[in-house]
Amino acid sequence: MSTVAAAPRALRTRRTPRPRRIRPARIALHAFLIATVALWLFPLLWAIYAALRPVSETIINGYLSWPKTLNFNNFTTFWTEADLPYFYLNTLVIVVPAVILTLLLASMVAFCCTQFSWKFNLVVLMLFIAGNLLPPQVIIVPLYWVYLHTPIASFGSIDVGRFSFALFSDNGLLYDQYIGIILIHVVFQTGFATFVLSNYMKTITKEITESALVDGANVLRIWWSVILPLCRPALAAMATLLFTFIYNDFFWALLLLKSGDKRPITSALSNLSGEFFVNNNLIAAGALLAAIPPIIVFIALQKHFVAGLTLGSTKG
Amino acid sequence: MVATRRRRRYSLLTRRDKVLIILMVGIPLTLDVLLIWGPTLASVLLSFTDWQGIGTVTAQNIVGLKNYKTLFTGYAFFWPAVEHNLIWLAFLAFIATPLGMLLAVLLDRELHGKRIYQSVFFLPVVLPLVVVGFIWELQYAPSDGFINNAFGLVKSGKIIDWLGNPSINIYSALIATSWRHIGYIMVLYLAGLKSVDPSLREAAKVDGATEVQTFFNVVLPVMAPINVIIVVVTAIEALRAFDLAYIFNHGTNGLELLSILITNNSISEASLIGFGSAIAVVLLVISLVPIIVFLSRAMRAQA
Repeated sequence: MSTVAAAPRALRTRRTPRPRRIRPARIALHAFLIATVALWLFPLLWAIYAALRPVSETIINGYLSWPKTLNFNNFTTFWTEADLPYFYLNTLVIVVPAVILTLLLASMVAFCCTQFSWKFNLVVLMLFIAGNLLPPQVIIVPLYWVYLHTPIASFGSIDVGRFSFALFSDNGLLYDQYIGIILIHVVFQTGFATFVLSNYMKTITKEITESALVDGANVLRIWWSVILPLCRPALAAMATLLFTFIYNDFFWALLLLKSGDKRPITSALSNLSGEFFVNNNLIAAGALLAAIPPIIVFIALQKHFVAGLTLGSTKG
Repeated sequence: MVATRRRRRYSLLTRRDKVLIILMVGIPLTLDVLLIWGPTLASVLLSFTDWQGIGTVTAQNIVGLKNYKTLFTGYAFFWPAVEHNLIWLAFLAFIATPLGMLLAVLLDRELHGKRIYQSVFFLPVVLPLVVVGFIWELQYAPSDGFINNAFGLVKSGKIIDWLGNPSINIYSALIATSWRHIGYIMVLYLAGLKSVDPSLREAAKVDGATEVQTFFNVVLPVMAPINVIIVVVTAIEALRAFDLAYIFNHGTNGLELLSILITNNSISEASLIGFGSAIAVVLLVISLVPIIVFLSRAMRAQA
């Protein structure tokens, strides 16, 4: 195979022993791409530049000026004064359970809809997918009412310093609760995750499930110890994607949370920037700090990230 | 043949297994129906009432089409919001999405630094929209922003208020949105391009087609399924637009969008739930177009 492929190339090099001519089209392409990359990175780099400069200097010289001092003071100021670790923790207690629950529920539905043929499995899949495609604003008004009128039991809370995670509600409602936000993320994202995971599970032959049934395993067992391990790549891809989606959420937290101290970092940032922080340098530092977790996840897990997005699109 | 196979498979399931399947599908489905489809239906029903969210809905609350009449003829923000949503859609569909496709086509080849190019274009997609908003405010700010300073508009006193001027701020918001949207489309399209059979391109090349001809006459038609998805994604993104407009100025003064009008009317001091629901129904009806296109596509793929 490799010799066949190599043959024509060998022939060509013999005929033209000169080094390969660099085509002008290639140069133009690289020039265009590099220019676009510069354009793409510029807003981000500008924000970093503003965040690294003391506000006193930009007031005197303007933002468009050469730096005299560059330091991380804005970052440390925002970090401590906004009590940023606290809001990272708020995000964490929402994102982690939401991602895990979404993957569990979605993989159950995808498993039942792809490994067994029953009358309504297509309809069920469609309901989940369509639900995820709706703009959230279509359902917000009745949902808000539901959140204000669903009684939730209170069994105390898990407290760590100032942070308090209510079990399951500290006001008897779904509204203004961590579990309320977790719940809506799970329900909304389950649609998308079901779609992607069912696309993936369709490629697993049904005979695996059938032979496990013959061996006497029950359905729950097959889902957990046969199908889920086979779906590891898809689950990793989905986990990466869901982490970013839920981390980046602004809308649900804005409408379904009221207490400032329950806000995840994204909506806390928009809240704080109007009230407490007015100088641009400090706000830029805060915005960049809030962006760090998804950027780290993206850089570390880029392959999973892209795989998740494309699983959802190419096989649909 | 099919019937006997199916019966054989079902006979493997014990009664306990069947109960388990019902639970495994039933619990998520119940949540989905209660928190998504129930509220959707409730939005439709509430749009025919003047309910303000207090007490129960009674027969006296039913006002027929009055909310819709007010919406279409008496509410000053409705048509501007529709127009802005349409501009949003057109801008994404005719400018941002094609640019994302172009980047995908350009990157779909052996290229030095391809990974780096790809990562940079995709980077804004992972940023929270709140952060995207702040990053662009640093560009757009009237006297402190980069753009006005770089083009000497501050010095010459011709400051352009990119986010405050109601006739241009939607385009400022759209540029910030596109910064994200283009990378998203690029990744989706690149995946589609990778699945195109290379022998098709080889054949076109042998026949003497240029690269542009090959793309429009060979690649694009084969990519029909992914093209549909790209169009659907673009439409849904345009209808969902909320965060940036809200972050820039709470969706007022030139940035009114249907999604923002819904929340402003029903979840605020106003609490005009019936009226807000009527706007939600308008948004729902428009959204059903791309959703149905997507579902019929997915149906065909499943069948």
